[in-house]
Amino acid sequence: MTETALGWWVVPIAVLGGALRVSTPFLFVSLGECITERSGRINLGLEGNLVMGAMCAYGTSYLTGSPWLGVLAAAMSGALLGLLHAAICGLPRVNDIAVGIALMLFGTGLAFFLGKPLIEPSAPILPAIDFGWWSDIPQVRAALRINVLFLIGVALAPLLVWALASSRWGLILRTAGESADAARAMGYSVNAIRMRATMLGGALAGVGGSFLSLYYPGSWNEGLSSGQGITAVALVIFARWNPMLCLWASLLFGGAAALGPALQSVGVSQGYYLFNAAPYVLTLLIMVITCSPKRTLVGAPAELSITK
Amino acid sequence: MLRAAFLDRLRGTAEYIVIPLLALVAALIAFGIFVALFGKNPLDLYFYMYQGAFGTWFSWQNTLTRAAPLILTALCTALPAQLGLVIIGGEGALLMGALAATSTALLLQGAPALVVQMAMALAGMTVGGAWIALSGGLQHYRGVNETISSLLLVYIALALLNHLVEGPMRDPASLNKPSTSEIGAANMIGTIPGTDVHWGLVFGIVAAILAYLLIFHTTFGFAARIAGGNVRAAKAVGLGVGRLVLIVCFLAGAAAGLAGMVEVAAVQGRTNANLAAGYGFTGTLVAFLARHNPLAVIPVALLLGGINASGGLLQRRLGLPDASVLVLQGMIFVSVLASETLYGRFRIFRAGVRP
Repeated sequence: MTETALGWWVVPIAVLGGALRVSTPFLFVSLGECITERSGRINLGLEGNLVMGAMCAYGTSYLTGSPWLGVLAAAMSGALLGLLHAAICGLPRVNDIAVGIALMLFGTGLAFFLGKPLIEPSAPILPAIDFGWWSDIPQVRAALRINVLFLIGVALAPLLVWALASSRWGLILRTAGESADAARAMGYSVNAIRMRATMLGGALAGVGGSFLSLYYPGSWNEGLSSGQGITAVALVIFARWNPMLCLWASLLFGGAAALGPALQSVGVSQGYYLFNAAPYVLTLLIMVITCSPKRTLVGAPAELSITK
Repeated sequence: MLRAAFLDRLRGTAEYIVIPLLALVAALIAFGIFVALFGKNPLDLYFYMYQGAFGTWFSWQNTLTRAAPLILTALCTALPAQLGLVIIGGEGALLMGALAATSTALLLQGAPALVVQMAMALAGMTVGGAWIALSGGLQHYRGVNETISSLLLVYIALALLNHLVEGPMRDPASLNKPSTSEIGAANMIGTIPGTDVHWGLVFGIVAAILAYLLIFHTTFGFAARIAGGNVRAAKAVGLGVGRLVLIVCFLAGAAAGLAGMVEVAAVQGRTNANLAAGYGFTGTLVAFLARHNPLAVIPVALLLGGINASGGLLQRRLGLPDASVLVLQGMIFVSVLASETLYGRFRIFRAGVRP
């Protein structure tokens, strides 16, 4: 009877497990947005990439039998949406925030359109690694079954910190983000740099979507994403455009999102739907606390329209 | 001389009509190609779209009914845009307005219908207005990006709505679709005589005209547009920008809240998840397509309402999924934004140039 012996401990364990599980889409989208924003452009449309990525991943996995090909397809669909965003924003006098909103609607609409036949069938899903083998407690084992994509995301965060700070590619990207004129003076095309950054960011958001349909919750339907994409964009501001902070913030948000289901598992079902709002309320509160009208945010790329 | 000045002005206005129309046509062509990829005849598509939107008196009424909430939610984006704010959370204000209106009606059961309806409208507008004023206030006083905060507030409103209709406000008789109790047939606002179109359309048109007068024909609107153009200049001439932001955002949210009240009091009769039908998001598209001009919002809402209305016919006759309307809306949105780059590029629209 381990279940009763654990008592209320079930809640933190479930929140921890939920944080590890639910944070993955937040993590990939925020890392992607981080890259895009460091190049001086904001893509608010990553919610569309997320949903589109989820649909493409599920469809590809269903048709080919390989979930990893699904992840690849999700990345490609995300890169294509990113390309579209970058191509339109490259035109003079076009507002990147508005284009992001448009692509959010377009991406979700397209995914719902193409994904209609995918609601019924079940596709092979991504593998997970059992890190809880040492424990006899089923809740702990469940919490520590960790998906490979999450581990890839965790590895990606420090890699990006290094790449942005020290690699030639990162330096060029940051130059475009801090001063478009300086990048131009060095002979680089600002539009080309931002296009690559938006495509890469879009691809990562697509991968985040593949996690939704191929692992947790692990199926394709139209209610799959409920604003994780937009929350992740807000999270980048909170994380001060630093990939490592994106990782910690994603875990925090994953934990907040897992609070409702965790409480439900111990029989507290009162206010279940209210707890669904937890990540959004948390995002809003954090933005209220960390933003200031008087100064630009520390770490904000100078060319970013949202903080200018 | 006068005639030349008039022609110049006409050319300037024509640019704002011709370019969005070009963008619209481009999106329709792209959508035609898109459905052709799925083996459907694009000409059939255009025919059924016209038929479903404006082909018969029945479809006209359907279109007008859908245009009503779109006019109101579009104002929720168009009004803050005068101040340079990008608010896209009309859906949240609509849901909160619907909740407030329903609660008011349920509290006032037994009161005269007119009193209930007025109280519903007032409650919906107040709560919807406060919801968007929160976004505007956070932007002005705390520097929180209003686009993101208004969108987060949509999800918070949705969670609140789900919580209330699944729990405290749930009508035990609603089994399959959790809903609140009905507001009662006597309290419904009814239809315009001789039609099946509800009074919400009139509310919408009146609100759009009032918004137009406020923005373009009052000192308040003039101040708002100055602040939208240049905050520093506005402060230099002593305008209270914070007050402007709060009032304009409140009015914007009040419009969307009224849309929620109308959907409850004229269509649904109660609050449930059906209300989150995306009117708020389509309204954002309407506002951008109308270039945030409150008067232009009316015909554009009619057009988008028509596209929404034709969705059912496309599903039945062409076997297209219901999401095809979303795809087309997305294409129109992208195309209209991309067309921004065309302004000032055609010599024919420039003043003083003889064609």
